[in-house]
Amino acid sequence: MLVNTWVKRFIPLGILLVSLTAAVTQAEPDTSSSHSSRLEIEIPKLSVAEYHRPYIAAWVTNNESKAITNLALWYQIDDDRKGEKWLKDLRQWWRKSGRKLDMPVDGFTGATRAVGQHTIALDTLTLKPGSYTLFVEASREVGGREVLQIPFNWPVKKEQTLKAEGASELGDIALTLIPKP
Amino acid sequence: MKKPLILLFFLLLPVAASAHRLWFLPAATVLSGEDAWVTFDAAVSNDIFYFNHFPLKTNQIQAISPTGKAVELKNTSEGKHRSTFDLHLEQEGTYKVYVARSGLRARWEDDEGKRHSWPRRGEVPKPGDFEKAVPQKAKNLEVSQTSRRVETFVTAGAPSTDVFKTSGEGLELKPLTHPNDLYAGEEAKFQFLIDGEPAAGAKFTAVPGGMRYRNEQKSIEAKADKKGVVTITWPSAAMYWVEVEYQDSKAKAPATTRSGSYIATLEVLPQ
Repeated sequence: MLVNTWVKRFIPLGILLVSLTAAVTQAEPDTSSSHSSRLEIEIPKLSVAEYHRPYIAAWVTNNESKAITNLALWYQIDDDRKGEKWLKDLRQWWRKSGRKLDMPVDGFTGATRAVGQHTIALDTLTLKPGSYTLFVEASREVGGREVLQIPFNWPVKKEQTLKAEGASELGDIALTLIPKP
Repeated sequence: MKKPLILLFFLLLPVAASAHRLWFLPAATVLSGEDAWVTFDAAVSNDIFYFNHFPLKTNQIQAISPTGKAVELKNTSEGKHRSTFDLHLEQEGTYKVYVARSGLRARWEDDEGKRHSWPRRGEVPKPGDFEKAVPQKAKNLEVSQTSRRVETFVTAGAPSTDVFKTSGEGLELKPLTHPNDLYAGEEAKFQFLIDGEPAAGAKFTAVPGGMRYRNEQKSIEAKADKKGVVTITWPSAAMYWVEVEYQDSKAKAPATTRSGSYIATLEVLPQ
């Protein structure tokens, strides 16, 4: 979570608010279904002295037209919109999509997520037939940045799960594509 | 008053004699979020991005917004070795920060063989000064038309291109690749213009910062083609100091040679 460290350290109210936000986020159930297309993202547990939840963006790029379809953007959403200051640290996402968007964007954005498995339902995802690349990018305050890619073709004829493994800021990523009936 | 005079002298130095490097160092070039601010350092020193010589005077520095309006520099301060100032990016798009100078320079000998030059150190000539100060029939009179420009760019949100409009005076950059959209391993193209025309053959040098932690300058050298275009592939991510030099004899009378120096600070990001 790329909140201002100074604020977090020195303003107890800030800590309280952040903690509350965190609690609410954790309670939110993931809207996943084991029978539809989905993207699973693992946020790894890191043994670091100062941990902030990462900013994460997931998007799909058409390899021909380079058109972008955003799947998820998890960042620090505050009323004062201060968390948007660090969106540029999701460097590739910012270049390919973020900088052209009018924040905040409805539909695919959400608060930062805790360590663990998270599922993004893709049952409503519609793409033009073609070859694509899935990108998952993570950037963490006082931490590092990592981008994973998974190439795939759309649509799929039979169910398939494509995987990528992170080395630092991301854990296992799994893209499951199921043909629509 | 010694310091300001010396600084002005650096700006007015003929290109060939420019031993010192002028530069801006923006704290960030790509920004997101509402209400973005960027802090800049500005200095003169041979060690790129290390302040160890002179500050660049802030009253010479100008900034323009994505819509071409002048932007006020905030919190300006001149220290022993560098100047600092802030820019409030109230609009989305690309901003330009720059210092630009152009004018005539002359050298000649008097009847006793003593060498003279104009303008003198720190002198900012006004129109008509040349005719008054330079004896037009002096021995070995050499008049040159010189220009110097130092720039950098920062972008809030999506990059824009309005600040790339050139003035048609001196050596200028017309980016074909956006200067705030540069990435390691990618090709970039920049066109250089002298008085609005392609600066064919201009000499391009890019030096990455961080010299204190390596032994070689690691400079990238390139030459502008017939259209004044320089094409380079950035080998690695860094804050780069770019210098372009151009010289020819297509000067407007009374000058017989013209020369231009262009400097920019460009940030190249990792993929």
